[in-house]
Amino acid sequence: MASIQTRFGDGSPVTMSRGELRQDLEEGTADAAERGSVAPLTEDDLRRLEDIFASPHRFLGVEPGREIVLSYDGTPLKMKRAQVNVDRLQSLQIYEKLMGADTLEMGHVDYSFKPVKPIVTFEQPLMEQVLSVTTAPVFYGAMPNLGLYSQPDGPFPNPAELMPRGQIKEAQESYEAAVEEAVKDIVYVCGALYESGADAIILDTVGAAGDADVLAGLKATEILTEKYPGICVELGMASEFILGMHSGLSYKGVRLAGLYPHDQLKLAQQAGARIFGPVCNTNSGKSTPWNLSRAITFMKACCEEADIPIHVNMGMGVGAMTVHDHPPLDVASRASKAMVEICRLDGL
Amino acid sequence: MGMAITHAIASGMGGMRAAGDLVARMQIARGMKIDEAKAHVAGKLKCSVSDLTDPILMNEARDELGLGLLHPYGGSPKCMEAKFNIAELLEIDVNCVQRFRSHLSASNL
Repeated sequence: MASIQTRFGDGSPVTMSRGELRQDLEEGTADAAERGSVAPLTEDDLRRLEDIFASPHRFLGVEPGREIVLSYDGTPLKMKRAQVNVDRLQSLQIYEKLMGADTLEMGHVDYSFKPVKPIVTFEQPLMEQVLSVTTAPVFYGAMPNLGLYSQPDGPFPNPAELMPRGQIKEAQESYEAAVEEAVKDIVYVCGALYESGADAIILDTVGAAGDADVLAGLKATEILTEKYPGICVELGMASEFILGMHSGLSYKGVRLAGLYPHDQLKLAQQAGARIFGPVCNTNSGKSTPWNLSRAITFMKACCEEADIPIHVNMGMGVGAMTVHDHPPLDVASRASKAMVEICRLDGL
Repeated sequence: MGMAITHAIASGMGGMRAAGDLVARMQIARGMKIDEAKAHVAGKLKCSVSDLTDPILMNEARDELGLGLLHPYGGSPKCMEAKFNIAELLEIDVNCVQRFRSHLSASNL
């Protein structure tokens, strides 16, 4: 049996036998099933993954008719990171006309709502210009990023300093105060951009600072969808598991800490999100087959419960994509194909 | 960048090269799942669902219906003009189109 060339989660190459491949696929799905209390992949799913990884071709794509819609996060930042010297408007034209983008996303280089708030009057006219020279739907995206609300970056005592001193109640109060301020900032910025004509909003990397971060995202989504009945809010998560940094917070009676994607989805739907972006983190020390089998297990369970479109996060370090700025085409294309086809996705 | 290009080629609908932006609009405007969104767009374009990612067929359809082209020519509907036509064809509200309209004086409508 020919050996199989694949990679670890950090992108480094590895050669596996068919038996080793199968073992990693089984262990990956078992890990997700146990952690998330969801069904493991079926025998058909595992065989399909085996075939995808055993294919000798350097690049794979979905079967015709199975294509999905792509949405993005941090779009203009990618050009700046690569030091391609175009402004944000031109970068979106490049995405639309040269990169086959189904949707566009405008965002600020800080990519957090708090720093955007004082400069939103500069963001609005640029959004209006972007909308006048593009055809594809334009999102505005940023992160709740609750970390910016604690000292020294923000007004509230730093929970990471309070907790080691045993000041748990004070740390929780700090998180609760930060949620209220973050919600105000998100609603203010998103409302301004929507009133400038944005087609949709992306709250991205929701949960990066734990359960309080998620609560801010859900509350802001609820307020925005009540205030603007036509608004589309895409809620994109930060990780597969909501960290209980506060640990006592709940939304509509459901405790947030510890929720996996299929349960996160239910709250996103209740809040009024129109698109949900679940995440599964990549383990850089495990193989891509292990990571992909694990990620698809979480995402399949999420898709089966969804009433709204699911756009799985498959950027660097999530969705079995490698933790590297330069994704290798071999495993990236395999992950893209497998995730879309097995989960019956709506988008990425 | 490499990530976005990989997904676009492996799994994406092709954006304006085909009808990816139109299908995306149905998810945004109505929260439609992918199969329903594709069926709606295919119905409006009077084509099959499998045609939606064909750049040759979709270029012809977009040109005929004024939905914006990857390579627009002089006089062809572009950008905001195309979005007026997209909103009408798909029977959806497009936020910037509504706001554009609201900024015009009544005599210009």
